[in-house]
Amino acid sequence: MTVGSRGEAPVLVGLGEAFGLVLRRELRLSFRRPDQLLQPLVFFLIVTTLFPLGLSVQLSLLREMAPGVLWVAALLSSLLSLDSLFKSDADDGTLEQLALSGQSLTLIVVAKTLAHWLVSGAALVLVSPLVGTALAIPTAAFATMMGSLALGTLTLSWLGAIGAGLTVGLKRGNVLLSLIVLPLAMPLLIFGAGATDRAISGTGALGALYLLAALCVLTCTLAPFAATAALRITLE
Amino acid sequence: MWTWFYRLASPPFVFRVAAALTPWFVALAALTIGYGVIAGLAFAPPDYQQGDAFRIIYVHVPSAWLSLFAYTTMAVAGAIALIWRIKIGHAVAAATAPIGASFTLLALVTGSLWGRPMWGTYWAWDPRLTSELILLFLYVGVMSLRPAFEDPGRGDRAAALLSIVGLVNVPIIHYSVVWWNSLHQGATVAKLGKPSMPGSMLWPLLSMSVGFMLFYGAILCIRLRGEVLNRERQATWVQEAVKS
Repeated sequence: MTVGSRGEAPVLVGLGEAFGLVLRRELRLSFRRPDQLLQPLVFFLIVTTLFPLGLSVQLSLLREMAPGVLWVAALLSSLLSLDSLFKSDADDGTLEQLALSGQSLTLIVVAKTLAHWLVSGAALVLVSPLVGTALAIPTAAFATMMGSLALGTLTLSWLGAIGAGLTVGLKRGNVLLSLIVLPLAMPLLIFGAGATDRAISGTGALGALYLLAALCVLTCTLAPFAATAALRITLE
Repeated sequence: MWTWFYRLASPPFVFRVAAALTPWFVALAALTIGYGVIAGLAFAPPDYQQGDAFRIIYVHVPSAWLSLFAYTTMAVAGAIALIWRIKIGHAVAAATAPIGASFTLLALVTGSLWGRPMWGTYWAWDPRLTSELILLFLYVGVMSLRPAFEDPGRGDRAAALLSIVGLVNVPIIHYSVVWWNSLHQGATVAKLGKPSMPGSMLWPLLSMSVGFMLFYGAILCIRLRGEVLNRERQATWVQEAVKS
């Protein structure tokens, strides 16, 4: 990301500009591959369809299970796309170039993770009302459901960045990635499904939402450094 | 100035110290665990509520404590190795992981055996039980990440980083019975003020805990020697040590 003109000494672009460049590059790359963008979303829809088929189509029963089903499906579908977070860039050497560019690697990790969340987590949040309706979640609970999913998927993207950073150099890192990330994501499932559950039953969901927000802030501030350290370990 | 520190952490020195410490750990562990078992099973009075079933506490509580202690040891050893590039830290972490996982499994199994007569179920999805289960998964994750790399040094550093990230779970387990309304009983020993347990019950428990700690030390020394030998198998001092 150095801009050298006419053989002069290369000039480093500023922090904000570098951040914007990486973010825009990631988003553009994702939108060039719409199938990869859609696959996790379709997976999310299919998994949530499996539960009513396998368990029961009674609406009252469905409504009781809906938060758990929704959250498990969301976790699994986000996990699917995590593997590709650093993989293609590591395979073709882009990641090494980015690491050597003189820009802060943490900044690049933040940009990549945010871009990943925008195309996976945020998209999932937008689709969730559809799934919520199918699972008989009352419309009044949609705001809490979407808010908790937004916080939860963002946290998961940060945790996933650590896991993806650790497993990026491995040939069969996919299973290992799930093994590493899912235990760390279990609190998310507890609080996220709890918040949605409380919103459905009409008892205050704010407590669980605050806890989710706290987890989100914790990972937003610390996970970029852990993910950078992980990448440095696997890259060096 | 720090050279003496690095010399302390040199593999041949650690190998010899671990060998010298092992018999002491084994003897003291046998003594304390022996006293704890006899006093706890034969002489401690039955609990006024739980009867004789409470006696599983003498295995359950020490193994639960040790599961957290071993995890912390693993993460701290990994951090030391990452920060100061002291290789022996990775060996300590690698040697500790399976021991800690075994203690976690033991705590879960004894806990569910205890839960059957007391709560009427082997397992409940309770904060403390769940977080202890997550701890087991974290151990498994760290243990499977290390050998996944072809370059052992890279695997060591990756496992160390993961164990540091997972350290967040340790305070959650410890305070889960305080923060959440839990089926699991609250702290009876490790709290400020007087433990809610008479001395005839408490002393065997403390003795068992110290014994488990010493037992952990003994196993760690033995495993650490194996780990050091394996890691330094190219070094001349290992060839000499194996020959003699």
